[in-house]
Amino acid sequence: MCDLICHIPPAVQDLLLSILKGFAVILVIFPIAGASSMAERKVSAWIQGRYGPNRAIVPWFAYVPFVGRFLQRLGVFNLMADGGKLLFKEDPLPGHVKKFYFMLAPLVGLVPAFTTVTVVPFGAYLDRAGQVVPLMLANVDVGILAIFAVASLGIYSMILAGWASNSKYPFLGSVRASAQLVSYELSLTLSVLPVFLWVNAPGTDATLSLARVVEFQSQPGLMGGMWFIFLMPVSALIFLVALFAETNRLPFDMIESEADLVGGFHTEYGSFKWSLFFVAEYSHMVVGSAVFVLLFFGGWNPLPWLPLATLTGWLHLQDWPVVVGALSVVIFLVKVLAMIFFFMWVRWTVPRFRYDQVMKIGWQKLLPLAIGNLLFYLLVIGAIHAF
Amino acid sequence: MAELIFYFFAALTAGGALGVVLNRNTVAAALCLLLSLMGLAGLFVLLDAYLLAALLLLVYAGAVAALFLFVVMLLDMQGGAKRTPGWLNLGASAIGFAVLLAGVAATLARAHLPEPVVTAAPSFGFSLKYYAAQLFTTYLLPVQIIGFLLLIAMLGVIVISKKPREEQTPPASP
Amino acid sequence: MAVITLHRKPLTFAERTYLPQVAAGLWTTFKHLLRPKETLEYPEQRPAIPPGYRGVPALVKDPHGREKCVSCQLCEFVCPPKAIRITPGAVPADQPERTHVEKAPQEFEIDMLRCIYCGLCQEVCPEEAIFLQNQYSMTGYSRAEMVNNKEKLYALGGTRPDAHYKWDKKKAAESAGGAHH
Repeated sequence: MCDLICHIPPAVQDLLLSILKGFAVILVIFPIAGASSMAERKVSAWIQGRYGPNRAIVPWFAYVPFVGRFLQRLGVFNLMADGGKLLFKEDPLPGHVKKFYFMLAPLVGLVPAFTTVTVVPFGAYLDRAGQVVPLMLANVDVGILAIFAVASLGIYSMILAGWASNSKYPFLGSVRASAQLVSYELSLTLSVLPVFLWVNAPGTDATLSLARVVEFQSQPGLMGGMWFIFLMPVSALIFLVALFAETNRLPFDMIESEADLVGGFHTEYGSFKWSLFFVAEYSHMVVGSAVFVLLFFGGWNPLPWLPLATLTGWLHLQDWPVVVGALSVVIFLVKVLAMIFFFMWVRWTVPRFRYDQVMKIGWQKLLPLAIGNLLFYLLVIGAIHAF
Repeated sequence: MAELIFYFFAALTAGGALGVVLNRNTVAAALCLLLSLMGLAGLFVLLDAYLLAALLLLVYAGAVAALFLFVVMLLDMQGGAKRTPGWLNLGASAIGFAVLLAGVAATLARAHLPEPVVTAAPSFGFSLKYYAAQLFTTYLLPVQIIGFLLLIAMLGVIVISKKPREEQTPPASP
Repeated sequence: MAVITLHRKPLTFAERTYLPQVAAGLWTTFKHLLRPKETLEYPEQRPAIPPGYRGVPALVKDPHGREKCVSCQLCEFVCPPKAIRITPGAVPADQPERTHVEKAPQEFEIDMLRCIYCGLCQEVCPEEAIFLQNQYSMTGYSRAEMVNNKEKLYALGGTRPDAHYKWDKKKAAESAGGAHH
């Protein structure tokens, strides 16, 4: 077996590894996005005082004693049923749309959604020297900038979908979408600058990598181990609001407000293309939550002031990096899922903002606040390093 | 392997640029601009200028091209009316093109392009710290001038797009 | 009519950030999350049927087991969609204790595809023989299946525990000499 693998030239090996990593991304994010859509239905139902989907079950599975009924009530099989239905349903291509762009739009939406995951670290393990090594697909220097850059390309799927549909409501939806997304991108990027100013103190190796941010939140001591949400709460708040706007979640839902726009830019879509839009939306949500957790909630560290290295020491797991890696991934996933639950919780709490309110908040409230926040932290960090 | 990737991105850039110029449909032209920008970002990554590639995508592809598309869609631009150029127009463009061609040929013949030097030092855009240091020490003056230019452009936009203020009537007292 | 100016209190700084209201809203929805759910899980849980509910009509027997309907056809004539079809006839010969009743339906059909559950047949029946009961869901695979005939109606109806015993009293009165009770 090794003879077969070792004789492949290194360039092809790299290519195969990259293809494997790509598959890993798709095979992880697609189910998470699907599960998110199911979780959204259940959480929405529970908040509204009803049960949500709880009847679908594979016939023989019902006989499994406790697990079968439990999973049925949880609606897990409904996900498979919906996925199967969307796969086999007739995919409508209305006669009045611009066909090439109509079919291009969901694909253009999926690519940025999946690509951003490559620079997000999702766990860490401790190597022999006790150094924390992050688990990520590509540990590039420009971590957060790459995420913002690629995620900002997601706007094109909405523009194309709305314009290609050749119909009033989708067009209005896509016009609103481009306005909203472009407006909140600025506040999004400005609000995380204080975090990176803090992380790139003079004298250290400058980097925008997210793994570095988590490393800064895992150091011993009061200031070292503090999560950035305690240190920079206003930044976290601005980032959270801008994240809600960038992922088109309520209260910034106006582009797909069902009451006045039918379906927004995805009105004319059905079956599989429509489900691709929603996979893209949920992937954006997952990646956004992951970035928020990494920046402000300490990433894979269990508790504030309790980094992963300390926990590994307590549990005597230094010699099993695989277990530590798995543990860190679990901790990270729990936090990301809590964040996704928060997204769904806010959806059924806050009413939708109007278009003019969204624009006003984006330009007149959030952007000056983000700039003021940046100036404040510039002065504070400058003062700290001067004295 | 790297050459294949270079050829792909170079073809994308050049093809996209040709698409922008030659396309009848305005929206297709804007989308070809987007393709061209992505090819350019790929070329930057091949040159190890990761920061520049990310900034290009963030600013140009993410905002500028999106606003192009937004305006085109909103105003439903069909492209200008086709005009056949007059003889003066054709003659002047032919002379200009010939001059340009002669200049490029002379440069290629006379100038010496230096041999590619394989340096051990990281290239400009590779290390964030090095890039930032160069930007704010060696190239500080161009940065400040460009900042001023952008400020002037922004002020100009605000002035041009301001609606004329009507006389405000005092509110009637009940 | 005078104009009344409504003065609204200006919002405080905290209120203008909208955050306290969002937090209060989040607490409310979280409490909803933990409450028991309002859903009635049909068909495992059935709704409580209030008295007087107008369900599927059925014919009843009295506590002595005698069929009460005497095929007077009042319900057939009053039924708005003409769902009831009655073939009146004589009491069958094998029931000697009912010969004084004189009439009984030979065939009694209610087409459930026509019935509108108005209850007029129940209101008009002089014998208190037809009642709209609690059954609310009724399905079938063919139109013929959805027509309830006499057997089905008496099976659905069961026994009515009233103490009228009208025909017994009439028979007792007749045998005691009085023609009318």
